[in-house]
Amino acid sequence: MPIPTPFHDRTAALCTSYKWADWAGYFAVSSYNLPNDGEYYSLRHSAGIIDISPLFKYEVSGADAVAFLSRIMTKNIEDIPIGRASYCCWCDDFGKIIDDGTVYRLDANRLRVHTAEPMLAWFGQFRRGFDVTLKDLSAQIAAVAVQGPTARDILQQVSDADLEALAYYSVATAQLDKLPVLISRTGYTGDLGYELWVDNTNALPLWDTLMSAGKPYLLKPFGLDVLDIARIEAGLILNGVEFHNAAHCLIESQKATPYELGLGWTVDLDREPFCGQRALKAVQAAGPRLVLVGLELDWDEQEALFAKQGLPVQVHPGAWRSGVPVYDNSGNRQIGKATSGTWSPLIKKNLALASVEKQYAKTGTRLKIEYTVEYQRETVTAVVVKMPFYNPEHKRR
Amino acid sequence: MDQLAPPFHSDIPTKRYDAIVVGGGHNGLVCAAYLAKAGKQVLVLENRHILGGAAASDEIFPGFTFSVYSYVVSLFRPHIIRELELTRHGYQVIPLECTFTPFPDGESMTRCGDPEATRHEIARFSPADAEMAPRFSLAMTQMASFIKHLIDSPAPDLASLRISELTKLLGLGRRFKALADGDKYLFTKMMTMSAVEFLNLWFESDRLIGPMSVSGIIGTFLGVRSPGTAYVLLHHYMGEIDGAFRSWGFSKGGTGGVSLACARAARSFGADIRTEAAVEKIILRQGKAIGVVVRGGHEIKSQTIISAADAHQTFFKLVGERQLDADFVQRLRRFKYRGSSAKVNLAVDRLPNFSSKPGDGPHLCGDITIAPGVEYLEKAYDDAKYGDFSKHPFLDIVIPSLTDPTVAPPGKHVISIFVQYAPYHIKEGAAQWPAKREALGDTVIDTLAEYCPNIKDSILHRQVVTPWDLEQDVGLTEGNIFQGELSLEQLGPFRPVSGWSRYQTPIDDLWMCGSCVHPGGGIMGAPGELAAKSLLKSI
Repeated sequence: MPIPTPFHDRTAALCTSYKWADWAGYFAVSSYNLPNDGEYYSLRHSAGIIDISPLFKYEVSGADAVAFLSRIMTKNIEDIPIGRASYCCWCDDFGKIIDDGTVYRLDANRLRVHTAEPMLAWFGQFRRGFDVTLKDLSAQIAAVAVQGPTARDILQQVSDADLEALAYYSVATAQLDKLPVLISRTGYTGDLGYELWVDNTNALPLWDTLMSAGKPYLLKPFGLDVLDIARIEAGLILNGVEFHNAAHCLIESQKATPYELGLGWTVDLDREPFCGQRALKAVQAAGPRLVLVGLELDWDEQEALFAKQGLPVQVHPGAWRSGVPVYDNSGNRQIGKATSGTWSPLIKKNLALASVEKQYAKTGTRLKIEYTVEYQRETVTAVVVKMPFYNPEHKRR
Repeated sequence: MDQLAPPFHSDIPTKRYDAIVVGGGHNGLVCAAYLAKAGKQVLVLENRHILGGAAASDEIFPGFTFSVYSYVVSLFRPHIIRELELTRHGYQVIPLECTFTPFPDGESMTRCGDPEATRHEIARFSPADAEMAPRFSLAMTQMASFIKHLIDSPAPDLASLRISELTKLLGLGRRFKALADGDKYLFTKMMTMSAVEFLNLWFESDRLIGPMSVSGIIGTFLGVRSPGTAYVLLHHYMGEIDGAFRSWGFSKGGTGGVSLACARAARSFGADIRTEAAVEKIILRQGKAIGVVVRGGHEIKSQTIISAADAHQTFFKLVGERQLDADFVQRLRRFKYRGSSAKVNLAVDRLPNFSSKPGDGPHLCGDITIAPGVEYLEKAYDDAKYGDFSKHPFLDIVIPSLTDPTVAPPGKHVISIFVQYAPYHIKEGAAQWPAKREALGDTVIDTLAEYCPNIKDSILHRQVVTPWDLEQDVGLTEGNIFQGELSLEQLGPFRPVSGWSRYQTPIDDLWMCGSCVHPGGGIMGAPGELAAKSLLKSI
């Protein structure tokens, strides 16, 4: 059975739907209310707060901390300035992705790594020869994300740090109503937002501080179901959905290189050796076979399929991750798969993240995606579009 | 805003236009966007300093943005959102979460999106009604799918023997035939019954029938027991079948947000828009519309003129009775406006605290209805029948600042109160409305204070909009919010007059695209869209 996070007393009191998920062994709210539209709209129009404590957190310190992480990550960690956060991924020797996460450069020789899966052993195997201490802080640090257009206004009410000055993907320590927190301008929603990291003992006071500062700014808690919609709108991939940890895969086709996932920009090839470097050089030279793309489903065709059954068009509430085949425009040849998708209440379109053969990845390409109405398996046109699907100006402002 | 729609005299248009749209309300702008998208040179002329007509947002009190007139987005057609890419241009509607009805005896009912929670709530008053509610919804959804086709295409011409018209009627007949027998009978009943009688077919509790019946009378000078009001209930369910769009909601930044998104779309397709451009006259030559005169004497020529103003304004003010056939004039005169509603907009420093459900909560996030029973509503109508505003009016209240932080400063709120009945024709004469304006405001606040005693102390600013103000400010004849009553005999092929429901008028090259033509009012965009599409087809 999952265990409670440090915020559980507060989140449980608000979770009137009793809809919980197991996130890395912790109880995590799926939806606070049913239906959960309100959670979604407050995230996108005012602000939402979500408990992200189940993430794994590691502190890497010592004279070789940066070199050590550079050995593991596909990105050159030397390039991350102090006070900046960076999105990274890391691979096995064959260039196949293990996991993704964020690396915070807190000091010259002290960094924080946040991952989706436990990585103590994976990181640990590279430790020999480095002057480095690797500490698992997962169970000692609690975290929440405050995301949405009014997020900064809320935090500024209680923060001693000037948040206007905290640039996108920056990190700083601050006092929030006298509570020491690590605050980063990061998130998984594609919106303006922050993630706050505190010692477990300060979790509940932090929650209360945020909720009361957030009230005039319409802050509402949201669960994983809404997070899933938001991250797809933002075109962000998820471990276990868009890719699988290569160390868990039974067959090669389940593994992926960063290039296939649109993460080529996180790979710095020409530098000291790092795990997967040789294989990734070869992949980069040949080009990936598959490419991650964003798809928009044709509405009129969906409407027509419903009309064929005598039904008004309906949309699946929330995101799906069941995976469906994607075909070329003739509908005859399968050229990829859609791994997850959602109805976007904001964009008013059905969206999907898909992995397709390279020659079908150009923006504007028309493909077909499997679409089932009343148990009838059909296809509708899906057009390759630029990601992120939703990219508000205020995200970086 | 300057870029989008500069004042007329600061930037006088000089292009040769294919079409001039008179009136920059949401329908005028939708129409302009479709015409511009089809490559036409279009100019929109709006009388006021802001766009939107009755779908406008205005910062009436510093820091507080009111949806001054219309306040919720109901039926905006989803295909218009897609075809004009309105989302890209800022169209954002946040759905209403629930309907809250407080009662004078300290009880209340909250109906929300969770069907089980709603069932429990209704069952507190009537277990039978609780069970019937989803069946009622299903029947209405069936009916709505049937009439959706009517709303999304021009009204069929009942008198025409043209093949295309007959096919249309045949199609309608075929769809009617496809309804289950029970639904056919139901549809016929719905076309003739009153809202209350119709609801009585399902429900027994006055506490449910009262608040549900008001959908049948909004914007009409009819009571909930007046025949014909049942049909209007159905318009409420149109949103349901566009389920994906959850179209009942608040527009971000007020209802003006919808108009601005339409304006940006029109602009992106190349349309020109000017504010502070009062059209004084439509110029005719040999029975054809050839241009307009803007206040200050500026004449602008155009191939086609499309009026988004109501029929009364268009024909009697801009065209002139002398240019029209006597019979047409007679029929226009018989078209009923008789506005019956008002608005009270409040800026408050705290949320209302309802005695029947104290504190904050989701019940404040949707619409709050003061319609505690059928008798209450009938009495409210009685006052209006004899030329007065209701002593205890029906109120439909929303607090958009609870879902949209852009309309009020943090911690403060805007409250929009729709008031019925406030008849245009008061016994003192409509022109006496300004003298009664604040008395109406006081009555509304007193009524609300019976349910919510803290309201009086919370008010920072109050704006009262009477039907007289609606006529003066936004040119809605007799203050009718739908540019003409949405009653059965004024819908479809009869709107605004039979024979002229298809956007064309007896004046060549003069078209209509406002709510006074099919399918009517509400922030729907359909008249604008259908007018543009009909016009494009005709050339």
